[in-house]
Amino acid sequence: MMSAKPPRSLFTYALVYLIFLYAPVILLPLFAFNDSAIIALPLSGFTLHWFGLLWETRALHEALYNSVLIAVITAIGSTTLGIFAARAAARYEFPGKRSILGFIMVPLVLPEIIIGVALIVVLIQLGMSLSAWTVIIGHVLICTPFSIAILQSAFNNMDRSLEEASLDLGENKLGTFFRVIVPLVTPGIISSLLISFTISLDEFIIAFFLTGTDVTLPVYIWGQLRFPARLPAIMALGFLMVTLSFLLLVAAEYFRRRANRLTGVRKNSNGGIF
Amino acid sequence: MTKQHEREPIINIQNVEKHYGSVTALDGVSIKIEAGEFFSLLGPSGCGKTTLLRIISGFDNPSVGTVFIGGADMTDVPPNERPTNMVFQSYAIFPHLNVADNVGYGLKKQKLPKEEIDRRVDDALKLVDLEGYGPRESHALSGGQRQRVALARALIMKPKVLLLDEPLSALDKKLRETMQSELRKLQRTVGITFVLVTHDQEEALTMSDRIAVMFDGRIAQIDSPEGLYRRPISRRVASFIGVMNFIPATVIENTNKILSLNIKSLGQLDIKTSSALKKSEVITVGIRPEMLTILYNKSDTSEYSFNASIENASYYGDMTYYEVFIEDTDIKATVSMRNTAGRPVLEIGSKARVGWGKDSITIL
Ligand SMILES: Nc1ncnc2c1ncn2[C@@H]1O[C@H](COP(=O)(O)OP(=O)(O)O)[C@@H](O)[C@H]1O
Ligand SMILES: [Mg+2]
Repeated sequence: MMSAKPPRSLFTYALVYLIFLYAPVILLPLFAFNDSAIIALPLSGFTLHWFGLLWETRALHEALYNSVLIAVITAIGSTTLGIFAARAAARYEFPGKRSILGFIMVPLVLPEIIIGVALIVVLIQLGMSLSAWTVIIGHVLICTPFSIAILQSAFNNMDRSLEEASLDLGENKLGTFFRVIVPLVTPGIISSLLISFTISLDEFIIAFFLTGTDVTLPVYIWGQLRFPARLPAIMALGFLMVTLSFLLLVAAEYFRRRANRLTGVRKNSNGGIF
Repeated sequence: MTKQHEREPIINIQNVEKHYGSVTALDGVSIKIEAGEFFSLLGPSGCGKTTLLRIISGFDNPSVGTVFIGGADMTDVPPNERPTNMVFQSYAIFPHLNVADNVGYGLKKQKLPKEEIDRRVDDALKLVDLEGYGPRESHALSGGQRQRVALARALIMKPKVLLLDEPLSALDKKLRETMQSELRKLQRTVGITFVLVTHDQEEALTMSDRIAVMFDGRIAQIDSPEGLYRRPISRRVASFIGVMNFIPATVIENTNKILSLNIKSLGQLDIKTSSALKKSEVITVGIRPEMLTILYNKSDTSEYSFNASIENASYYGDMTYYEVFIEDTDIKATVSMRNTAGRPVLEIGSKARVGWGKDSITIL
């Protein structure tokens, strides 16, 4: 079927929308490279000074270390949970399957501030002190639905007869897992790792509630906003984070599509978050 | 000379039943398949063909009954240890492996030396006419090529039995017809027992040594293609295999192996039979469209004949299929005529005389 051309007004609307969405982000690099301590137009010249300043700030390095550590553990945790859930959902029928999967997805739409408040109450009741680990618990909670969505498409799209063909050709169950299932879902797993890593790295509200002394990068940025003189350096940091997140998401999408292609899905219609 | 011992069947399916909850997919199926046979399971969709094939291959277990392959009870033998290989309906080509790695998948498990695997993969690809395709990516293959890869991948394992689940149904008509004869030739070359599942009666007739016709999870008849076509045992089999005209008849007498029938509006005839039909029993006789002949000229003769009016004519180039009403009845019959030189296509509504012989009658 031919797709009809959209009306011109729709096109204009989309353009205005995109400008509105991205204009603030485009301001980031503008001031990150601007040779002035004041965030205002007109620009006064090009400099890499602010990036150099980032390099010298020790507190920032600690925040970065915390954030990366939290993001890595979160990515592994939510992806592992996602693998179990997706495999079970793809292969087994059990009572209440739909509602269970539905409930796992709920954190996708819950306001993060609610999750943050609820978690802090529960964790303190349990006698846990706030640390990087409490942030990880919160991040795994919000990342797992994304992991499941991505992995479900990888597992669901896998034709069951591929496993059977492997058994038919004399391979045993363990061999089939490593020679057929793993290669086919690996791109999905990588995609899930990248997405949850990115979400965790950028997440502020839950980290703000649950972090103790182990400040994460977004929480560090929040703290720095009180000092106008440090704003250009924060712009530089923001620019780096946006660029990194963007690259990670592109890589994740690449792997998700690769997973779909391997499992024989032509269009990127099944699951995923893009 | 002494008569040879009856050979042990390569596959012996004994009274197999399969139930899914309240659904009965197979109901008392018993089949013996001889080594080297091209055997087909033929039946409409949902009759249990795939279920039976999966039970032979070990992917499903029968609820009741036993499967023997090569004389051995398969009950506790998992699929990866059975001497069978399967060509899946979807072909199940591994998308992350190229053609050679797909074909060599099973040999790699056997830890054979690489040179031997390479040589046997080349041989297998040659066998299915895919010489030189080894390095190709599998997702770039056409439907026909995927099917050949699936065949090579299964045959390289030298199974006692090759199982094929509707292997041609995904191909277009031309390719399907080519593959039918190629598959048949391939089976003769390798000498392996083939068990083919199909819902296409033409496919089963042209390829098989023997066919099991299945309806609703039961075997209706097992016979050679010719036997099925000429001597169907029921109305259902008769109309599933080709076209059959059905006409009611009454038994007048059945003595000394001579059956006297009164076929409705066609008259009375005596045929040799060994059936035990009784006097005044009402039965159905069947006659194939090609056994009816339109007598174009007044001088044309036939053993028996009846008058008919042409209800419809379908022209197929080489053949014309007429639907006719037997005169003064509401019985419809199909007559097929070869379009030989000078033979006109009769007009709808015109009258014709149709000839037939009593040897072409099937009693159902
Ligand atoms: N896993 C299953 N669960 C429930 N019913 C099934 C299952 N597999 C097959 N059936 C039923 O068994 C019957 C036979 O199916 P199948 O063997 O696939 O038929 P065919 O291959 O002849 O089209 C059908 O009614 C089908 O719905
Ligand atoms: Mg089937």
